[in-house]
Amino acid sequence: MATDKHEIRMLAATGMLGSGFREASFLRGIEWHPDFIGADSGSTDFGPYCLGSGKAQFSQRAYARDLRILLREAVPRRIPVLIGSAGTSGANSHVDYLVGIVRDLAKELGIHFKLAVAHSEVDKGWLKAKYQAGQVIPLENAPSLDERVIDRSTHIVAMMGTEPFRWALEAGADVVITGRSSDTSIFAAVPMMNGINPGPVWHAAKVLECGAAAVTHRTVPDCMFAWVTDDYFIVEPPAPDYSCTPQSVASHTLYENADPYSLVEPMGVLDTSQCSYQSTSDRAVKVTGSRFTKAEKYTLRLESAELVGYQSVVLGGVRDPVILEQLDDWVARVKVAGEARVKALYPEIQDFALTFRIYGKDGVMGALEPVRKIEGHEALIVIEALAPSQEAANAIAATISHFALHYAVPQWHGLISVLAFPYAPAELVRGPVYRFNMNHVVQIDDEAELKREFPITFESL
Amino acid sequence: MAKLRDLARLIRSKNAGPFMLTIDIMFSEAATYERVRDAGVISADLVSHLYNVRPELVQITNVDPALAIKASIPRPAPSGDLADTDVFGGQQYGPLVDLEVP
Repeated sequence: MATDKHEIRMLAATGMLGSGFREASFLRGIEWHPDFIGADSGSTDFGPYCLGSGKAQFSQRAYARDLRILLREAVPRRIPVLIGSAGTSGANSHVDYLVGIVRDLAKELGIHFKLAVAHSEVDKGWLKAKYQAGQVIPLENAPSLDERVIDRSTHIVAMMGTEPFRWALEAGADVVITGRSSDTSIFAAVPMMNGINPGPVWHAAKVLECGAAAVTHRTVPDCMFAWVTDDYFIVEPPAPDYSCTPQSVASHTLYENADPYSLVEPMGVLDTSQCSYQSTSDRAVKVTGSRFTKAEKYTLRLESAELVGYQSVVLGGVRDPVILEQLDDWVARVKVAGEARVKALYPEIQDFALTFRIYGKDGVMGALEPVRKIEGHEALIVIEALAPSQEAANAIAATISHFALHYAVPQWHGLISVLAFPYAPAELVRGPVYRFNMNHVVQIDDEAELKREFPITFESL
Repeated sequence: MAKLRDLARLIRSKNAGPFMLTIDIMFSEAATYERVRDAGVISADLVSHLYNVRPELVQITNVDPALAIKASIPRPAPSGDLADTDVFGGQQYGPLVDLEVP
């Protein structure tokens, strides 16, 4: 690939690999001669399940559909393809899953290329040593961390910066698949390798990592294109029916970011507070004034999940005004009596928990809900049984659903059925339940440590 | 007086990572944005009151180029945790929609 260019052109295929994009938009983006094509494949948006279980959010077919178009168009043109945060969470199983799909596609398409695979799953022994050395630092609202938390985790990943992409491309890779990567690093790596001013680079990367999210009206996921230089970047969606305005691009810095003016990356912080946004056409926007400050210490953000237990869930609706008037009280009484019934019936199940959610009261907002009363004519009760095994959770849920169904209120004399179950059986098997257990960064001594802990492998396809 | 829903083009909430929640109130017209911004109604005190969080944990940012006001708070439970109610954090803006703005 070219080096020391003064302008780098980048094409984002989509905001999340597997969620799709329009082929026509992508082909138009290819006509604009990108220096590389990037796609983010990961997110913590879906909650802790993907990281905890090691499974990907989307189906094999969904990933193959997107990757097929990328590889078919990029490889023959020798345009590097960079995929970050493979298979949602970027643990080794996610990386392997995506690499398997890429191998199959290479055969199917009859194309040959050098594939680089970078890993980001954290070795627990290494992390414990870093923890003991005081090199694991909590971020905002972080849960407490000790070595037992590290031991309990099913998967821990470190969010990489641009390095794995750089190492892979310097070694001649055509296609790069990485474990967990900061979304922006996928797009910052190539311009940084070419020595472009990091301010515009990281800002452009922030816009592109979400695909077409920075257009005025995004109807379906799609591509985005940017030209980045030392002084500015220009962003324009390839799709003719999409457009960017200064406001739509400026607004994008707000999206899923607690502080809109600062974006923390492994190697430093992007500051967009002095940026100016101008239209260069009715579809393209030029951004100047982006600044990047290098951090004193290089850090990687950690993401980790652990198994909490297994759940079975019961949904039941309530329509009777007599019961709705005392729903909180009824739920409290069912919970106490139901727990006693479960303990008596299953003394061998030591750790179980029954949880009741009331939709129509505070089901959506929980502790954040300012309205503390039930005003509607119906409510939905969600009962969750948590236990150390699925079998135990199912048994408890079956017991509690029937117990709650007929649990009396003093106003009615005789047997009543309180819950309207939409499903038979009333109990839904939810499977294993995970939780995020870290919001920390780990300090890295030098690039050698990074390379040693998070190796890259190459294969010729 | 007007309601925030009649002034804003978009009111939304979303996770900012699994441990933080962020709320965006976005406007089409600079004058409307400035009116709401300068009225000072979207304050740490308001968000603290509406969302039952300590005011020092509320971060309010006026984003002039985007014609937007942002409020960020810690999530009471991490995304997808046992006590969580909204994995994406997408429906936590509800209490702001009918807010009265002078």
